[in-house]
Amino acid sequence: MANPLTAETLGGGFDDAPIQSARAFRAALDAMARPGRIHVIAGARPPAPLSAAAGTLLLTLADGTTPVHLAGDIDCDALRGWITFHTGAPLVPAEAAVFAVGRWTDLAPAHRFAIGTPEYPDRAATLIVEMPVLEAEGPVLAGPGIRDRARLTLPDPEAFRANHALFPLGFDTFLTCGNRVAGLPRSTRVEDF
Amino acid sequence: MTEQAYNFAYLDEQTKRMIRRAILKGVAVPGCQVPFASREMPMPYGWGTGGVQVTAACLTPEDRLKVIDQGADDTTNAVSIRSFFRRTAGVAVTGATADATLIQTRHRIPEHPLTEDQILVYQVPIPEPLRFLEPREPETRKMHSLEEYGLMHVKLYEDIARHGAIATSYDYPVKVEGRYVMDPSPIPKFDNPKLSGCPALQLFGAGREQRIYALPPYTSVVSLDFDDHPFDPGKADHDCDLCGAGDSYLDEVIIDDAGGRMFVCSDTDFCQGRRAAGHIGRLGAPAGAAA
Repeated sequence: MANPLTAETLGGGFDDAPIQSARAFRAALDAMARPGRIHVIAGARPPAPLSAAAGTLLLTLADGTTPVHLAGDIDCDALRGWITFHTGAPLVPAEAAVFAVGRWTDLAPAHRFAIGTPEYPDRAATLIVEMPVLEAEGPVLAGPGIRDRARLTLPDPEAFRANHALFPLGFDTFLTCGNRVAGLPRSTRVEDF
Repeated sequence: MTEQAYNFAYLDEQTKRMIRRAILKGVAVPGCQVPFASREMPMPYGWGTGGVQVTAACLTPEDRLKVIDQGADDTTNAVSIRSFFRRTAGVAVTGATADATLIQTRHRIPEHPLTEDQILVYQVPIPEPLRFLEPREPETRKMHSLEEYGLMHVKLYEDIARHGAIATSYDYPVKVEGRYVMDPSPIPKFDNPKLSGCPALQLFGAGREQRIYALPPYTSVVSLDFDDHPFDPGKADHDCDLCGAGDSYLDEVIIDDAGGRMFVCSDTDFCQGRRAAGHIGRLGAPAGAAA
């Protein structure tokens, strides 16, 4: 058994799941509905190197029906055990993932992920990208959820431009850093600087 | 069984996660109908089971909930849903649009402008705008995927050919961000302009039909029309008889057996607010006076 039942694996979940997941979902919902806006999202205390924000998103959204892909150093025994214990989500390769977690360099190339089908564009992956910094500056964003213009730190503007070109297909993204989260749905246009 | 025996906001956590994932995908693809595994709710289909499930998935203990049915806070459907969430989620409730953080609505958009801090949840009976033109779900799915909306324009054209104008007065189809044709739920077409560029997040839940869709804030929503027959939101040629408002959506009320009638705001909170502020309509009494 690769995942010993340690305090690290068993701990760090929600203390009051219905309330904490409700608050976390509202933060995630507003982040996805208003690209460029950064929210604090908290509750989970996952083992390193996963951020509290990414861990909270997984506890709020993932379960036994949503295969999760762990990329790069996120794919370690401690986190495999933690996610399996707390969510029951199957851990899968990138192509089969409903949620994929990792740094951008580990998640790339992004075209591996599900982008939905023409009849069911919702059957697309959601990426949770761990960022070294997350600020409302950088590339200009426009589209639904944005009144005029927004700015957001992006790991690779070109990849998100290519993803938007697939609309209504494409993956959707949460960017996480520490206890902060921002959303970048496929509907967002990434404009020139 | 006591209310405390229910999970927060009635639904179990696995169900809420499933609904929350559907809502997020709906937000990411504005106007696209996302299937979800709608649950049996302790109320019949047609009483807002879709809206109730979306509301349950979104509520936090800090929310202040308003529920309206055709604009009214005090009809059976609105009272019972408000009471349901007061009991199962312990949230505060209100009738005032400006005080609410989450508003569940059946067939109206409040007159008072919504803000960025609000979510509007619509109860939707038939989410598929093409359903009465094409009954087969695989076909309508294909039509949406191919952006094949000619049939909808034919329907509006036939309205014009038969009646001289587009006769659709509610459930009026819209196009979202130039891509998906969407059913705005049976709101009067008077409310359609409020869908577009709205600062609040708008979520749509259809319980029996098991669909969720969404309009993120500031989304472009265009009512379908023709160059020579532009969209007309329409307005009853009257002012509110209670508060005198000339810009609100009105209900026509028969008041005697001799053909007498009056027109009153369908949005009860808006009407009460105006009367409290001293506005008096043709048949209105000053606020506070005995009826």
